[in-house]
Amino acid sequence: MEAVVGRLGIWALVLLVAIAAIAGAQDSGFAVHMGIIAAVALILMIVTARNYDPVGKAQSIFKMPTGPSRYDDDVIRWGVIATVFWGMAGFLAGLFIALQMAFPELNFEPYLSFGRVRPLHTSAVVFAFGGNALIATSFYVVQRTCRTQLAFPTLARFVFWGYQLFIVLAATGYLLGITQSKEYAEPEWYVDLWLTIVWLAYLAVFVGTIVRRHEPHIYVANWFFLAFIITVAMLHVVNNLAVPVSMLGSRSYSAFAGVQDALTQWWYGHNAVGFFLTAGFLAMMYYFVPKQAERPIYSYRLSIIHFWSLIFLYIWAGPHHLHYTALPDWAQTLGMVFSIVLWMPSWGGMINGLMTLNGAWDKVRTDPIIRMMVMALAFYGMSTFEGPMLSIKAVNSLSHYTDWTIGHVHSGALGWNGMITFACVYYLVPRLWNRERLYSMRMINWHFWLATLGIVFYAASMWVAGITQGLMWREYGSDGFLVNSFVDTVAALHPMYLMRAFGGLLYLSGAIIMTYNVWMTIAGRLREEAPMGETRHDEAADRPIVAEPAE
Amino acid sequence: MSFYEIFRHFADSYGLTLIFALYLLLCGWAFRPGSKLRNENAANSIFEDSDHG
Repeated sequence: MEAVVGRLGIWALVLLVAIAAIAGAQDSGFAVHMGIIAAVALILMIVTARNYDPVGKAQSIFKMPTGPSRYDDDVIRWGVIATVFWGMAGFLAGLFIALQMAFPELNFEPYLSFGRVRPLHTSAVVFAFGGNALIATSFYVVQRTCRTQLAFPTLARFVFWGYQLFIVLAATGYLLGITQSKEYAEPEWYVDLWLTIVWLAYLAVFVGTIVRRHEPHIYVANWFFLAFIITVAMLHVVNNLAVPVSMLGSRSYSAFAGVQDALTQWWYGHNAVGFFLTAGFLAMMYYFVPKQAERPIYSYRLSIIHFWSLIFLYIWAGPHHLHYTALPDWAQTLGMVFSIVLWMPSWGGMINGLMTLNGAWDKVRTDPIIRMMVMALAFYGMSTFEGPMLSIKAVNSLSHYTDWTIGHVHSGALGWNGMITFACVYYLVPRLWNRERLYSMRMINWHFWLATLGIVFYAASMWVAGITQGLMWREYGSDGFLVNSFVDTVAALHPMYLMRAFGGLLYLSGAIIMTYNVWMTIAGRLREEAPMGETRHDEAADRPIVAEPAE
Repeated sequence: MSFYEIFRHFADSYGLTLIFALYLLLCGWAFRPGSKLRNENAANSIFEDSDHG
C-alpha cells in the first residue's frame, strides 16, 4: 500500500511539474509536449490508484500465453507488435511524401508539409520500426544465447515504454515544427535527454543479462548488439550537445559551430547507419539466419573478423557525406578511403550469412522466411558495394545531392533492414505466442514478392532520376552558362517520382499483408492452404524408361 | 605547437600504430592454435536449447 501511495506521489509530482511547464512555456510546441507528459502522468496515476493489474490486462489484450515461461518475453511481444505498428506508420508516411514529390498539391501547410513529414518518415522507419525490432530481438537473443532471464525486468519494461514516449515526442515535435535541423537527430534537447536515460537503462538491462549468463561463451550476435547499444549512446550524446535557449522552451543551439558541427553531425549520421542499421541488424542476422536454416553460421572466425573490422572502420567513414564542402580535403579523403576499405568486411559478412545455407539451398524454394533472409543479405551486399562506390569523390561529384543517394539509402533500408526485420517478425510471432505455425506461409510469399518488386521500382527509378539530375545540373553550354535551371530538372524527374511512389505502394501493400498475417496468428487462427514448395506427383512421368527393341 | 598539432601528430604516429596493432590482435585471437573447436562449439551453442532457444 505504501508503495502504491509512493508511486501516486511521484506521478502527481510529474503532473504538477508538467502543468507548471505548460504555464511557463516559451513556445506552443513545448507546451504541447509538456501536455503529452502531463497526460502520461495522469494515465499512470489512474492506473496506480485503481490498483489495476496491468500485466493481466495486457495479457488479455495481446493474447499472451499465461503459463510460466523460462524466459521473460512480455517486452519482446510488445516490441514485435510495436515494430509492426510503427512500420505501417512509417511506410505510410513514406508513401505520402513520395506522392508529395510527384504532386506538390499534397503539401498541406503547415503540419503536413514535406519538410515536416519527411523527418517523421525517417524517424518512424529507422528509430520506431527499426528501434523496436532491435529492442525486441536483442532481448530475445540475449536471453536465449545466455540461457538466463532478463536482468532488471522492471527496467526492461521502462526501456520499452520510455522508448515509445520518445517516439511520440519526436513524431509530434516534427509535425509541430520542433527540430534542431540535424538529419536523423532532429528531436530537441529535452527529448534527447529523455532518450539518453532510456538508452542507458537499455544498456544496463543488456549488460546485466550478459553478466548473469549461464553459457560461458558470449555468442557473436550479442557482440553486435552490445556494439550497437554502446556506440549509439556515444553518438547520440556527442552529436546532441547543445545549449537550450530557455529551460521552458524547445529551442537550443549546438555546442559546435560551422564545419565542426557539420563533421560531428555526419560522424553521427553515418555511424547511425553503421551501428544502428548495420551492427544491430547483423546481430539479428547472426542469430536468426542460422536458427531458421537449422545450420550453424558458415564461419565463426569470419564473423569475428567481420565484427572487429566494422568496429574499427565504420567510425571513420562519416566525412564522405561532406565531399567538396568546407571540410579540409584530407578529412574528405580519409572518409573516402575508410568507406572503400569497409567494402571487404561487409561482403565478408554477407558471404558468411549466405554460405550458412550451403547444403540447404533447397530451403530458398520451400521456406519463404529463408527466402526473405537471402534477399536481405543480397541487398546488404548490394548496398555495401554501392556505398563505397558513391563515396569515391569522382562518383560523388555526380551523385551528391541527387536522388541516387535516396535510392541507395532505400536499397539498404527496404532491402536489408526491412527484409531481415520481416523475417525475424515471422520467426518470432508463432514462438512468442505459442502457436503451431503462422496463420499463413503463402502470405509471406506474397509479402516477399510485393516488397522485392517495390524495391526494384524504387531503386531503379532513383538511379535513373539521380544520374539524370546529376548530368543536368553540371551541363554547360558553349556560352559557358548552365543549360538547365533547377526547375527543368524537377520537371524531367516527374515520371521517376511516379514510379518511386508506385514502388512504395507495393512495399506498403506487402507490409499490410504481414500485419494481417501477424494479427491472425496472434488471434490463434490457422489458414487452410496447400503447403509451400510441395512437389506434385506426376503419375505418367514416374516410371522407368524401358528400352524398346528397334523395329 | 597548438593542441591541434599535438593531437594530430599523435594520431598520425603512435595512435595509428596502436589501433592497428589492437585490430590485428583482436582478429588474430580467433586464429590462435586450438581455437577451432571452441569456435565450432560457439557456432553450435544456439542449437543446444530446444525451448525456443
